[in-house]
Amino acid sequence: MFKLEKKDAILLLIVALMLIFAPFILNPFPENSGLAQFNAGYPDLMQRFVFFGIFAIGFNILFGLTGYLSFGHAIFLGVGSYAAIWVMKLLTMNILLAIIVAIIISGLAALVIGWISLRRSGIYFSIITLAFAMMSFALAYSVLTPITGGETGLQPKVTDPRILDSALLAGDTPKANLFGLDMTATYNWQVGDWVFTFNVGYYVAAILMFLCFYLSIRIFSSPFGMMLRAIKSNQQRMNYSGLNSKPYTLAAFVISGMYAGLAGGLMVAMDTQVGPERMFWTASGEVVVMTILGGAGTLVGPFLGAGLIKYMENIISKINVGVLHDWFYWLPDWLENFVVTIIYPFVGKGWNLTLGVIFMLVVIFIPGGLVEGIRRIINWFVKRKNISASREITDSDNMQQAGEIQQAGEEAASRGKNNG
Amino acid sequence: MEAIILQIMNGLDKGSAYALIALGLTLIFGTLGVVNFAHGALFMIGAFCAVTLNKILNLGYVTIDPTQTDFLGNPLKVKIPYVYNIFGENIGNIIIDWSVPLAILITIPIMVIIGVIMERGLIRHFYKRPHADQILVTFGLAIVLQEIIKYFYGANPIPTPAPEAFSGTFDFGKMIGLKAHSIIYPYWRMIYFIFAAVIITAIFVFLKFTTFGMVVRAGMVDRETVEILGINIDKRFTIMFGIAAAVAGLAGLMYAPIISPNYHMGMDFLVISFVVVVVGGMGSLPGAVLAGFLLGMLESFASMSVVLNILPGLNQIIVYLVAIIILLVRPRGLMGRKGVMED
Repeated sequence: MFKLEKKDAILLLIVALMLIFAPFILNPFPENSGLAQFNAGYPDLMQRFVFFGIFAIGFNILFGLTGYLSFGHAIFLGVGSYAAIWVMKLLTMNILLAIIVAIIISGLAALVIGWISLRRSGIYFSIITLAFAMMSFALAYSVLTPITGGETGLQPKVTDPRILDSALLAGDTPKANLFGLDMTATYNWQVGDWVFTFNVGYYVAAILMFLCFYLSIRIFSSPFGMMLRAIKSNQQRMNYSGLNSKPYTLAAFVISGMYAGLAGGLMVAMDTQVGPERMFWTASGEVVVMTILGGAGTLVGPFLGAGLIKYMENIISKINVGVLHDWFYWLPDWLENFVVTIIYPFVGKGWNLTLGVIFMLVVIFIPGGLVEGIRRIINWFVKRKNISASREITDSDNMQQAGEIQQAGEEAASRGKNNG
Repeated sequence: MEAIILQIMNGLDKGSAYALIALGLTLIFGTLGVVNFAHGALFMIGAFCAVTLNKILNLGYVTIDPTQTDFLGNPLKVKIPYVYNIFGENIGNIIIDWSVPLAILITIPIMVIIGVIMERGLIRHFYKRPHADQILVTFGLAIVLQEIIKYFYGANPIPTPAPEAFSGTFDFGKMIGLKAHSIIYPYWRMIYFIFAAVIITAIFVFLKFTTFGMVVRAGMVDRETVEILGINIDKRFTIMFGIAAAVAGLAGLMYAPIISPNYHMGMDFLVISFVVVVVGGMGSLPGAVLAGFLLGMLESFASMSVVLNILPGLNQIIVYLVAIIILLVRPRGLMGRKGVMED
């Protein structure tokens, strides 16, 4: 299917199904129940899953494949956003054009920044990109105020020219649309106690994300992707063998910049506003965290990481003291207070602390991220099954085979240990 | 002339802070080969040591003073810090007033302990891992430390005054024989510069003229040979990490009166300090100090109104711009050595 290997095709199918049925999957708890706060099936959050999913998938093409750790990827998110908003202000509210322009402009920005920063590798590269991120933020915040709107940012206004659109009716506000399809249109479907929300904007974004994911699978399995991996494993050897690795890394940088630009353009297409904080270096840090948490260098990891972080950000920061007391009311009073006191710093406003702790634990113990964690758990089960199977086998031939499997399992386990 | 001197001096205090943080970063990098993204957090913790001591000293109880009345005629409630009970009112007042310099005494041991725990407990396990992993784990640690401070002290900046005697300004122009009132400079910034100069000198003297420092320098150049000679270089490097943490802490502590400490001040300074390290040359201690002062002064020159009229906003980006240019023209930085981080 689509020129993919079977494994990748299945993965693509799973992602497609998850994207299509997200309004159901993310809304497992009935409305009005105590658990309804864990629902994530509202358009705003689902859209954010997709934006940051695209952003992280793109970042992964650079970091996961080449190992170049960029601390400035939010620049392209911001550039894409600003480009899109200007298209919406000057040309048309049709998001298609805005998104295309966002991708092109951020690709150009990535070309320039990448060309400069890729002259160095390793830690120098990280610091140059960090410097670019700080510089872009400072520029957007103050110097370029005529273009970026400074601290307040930009929004489409009724008075903007929009030369490609027909004039707005009196009292109408400009709405982001795709050939007349309003991005904010939603349809609520009530089934018993459950309410499922279907949002046009989300599905538009989800289709784009699906395409992005497909493209990233193709890049991963292409000769180009192989070359990038070779650069990651030993750039020196590549250079000695007479290969100029710069065009490859630059291409990866530009591609991931374009992904970020797409994510930025989509953000603008859905919420029609942009501010400089989108380019702040912590935003770049966030995408690094997402990618690592999910699993850098894996296909589905960055998407998982982005979803997990955005979900936790939303859910955990909603929890307050009252909710905690509700949860632990069944404990004796003193123990309840104690538990609540312990947990309280990690929820609500303290959600960043939780994030930091989880991030550190992942980096320390499972550098491959969640995907590696899941794989290790599966390996562990498989290995146990093999051991119990080998006891029953008496045939010497089979014995040998089982021994090999067991050995392989042990090797995998010890490799896991070494990594941790 | 006065304007130039004034800008140089304005650059001194920021430059000193950059230089101190960059010095610590370079020490850690040069000895352990680790890029420490949590160094800014150490700077911040140092500043919060001053805040904490100030708060502790101001702890007190409320009593009713029968000799005084408030405007309603009721007996006046006065807050008496516990320090008064211990040392008496006069000395107590002096102690509270001097809380920031006094905090040096508690900050040094606290920071050394934090540094040693950090190195032994966490960073030690990352020597053999790729640089990206080291960056990531220290980045995570920085987030955690920052959030812990935010939890206990809140998100707002906490003003921490300098001692009364040094809180004003003085006429530096008159002191060096220029026109009176031409260069007005705050006392505390001068103190900060002197303090930074003393610490930097002390570090260099320590490395240059003590046996310990000599061994550490040898270890920086060729760790393996030093180990073969039977010296426990790991232990010494750990101590150096503690010292670097203490330097960052002291830099933050003394900076507390200049900007009111808030939980993200560490990250703000760290990003620039990295730029400083790179401009100075990775692994070069004199380079870090030189680049720190240089960039601090450049920043203050760029914020002169004459410059801003021509190039608005230059003060915001000058540091990064210079860093990018230097990296492109002189990839090893101003005083970088060959073979450091060149993989």
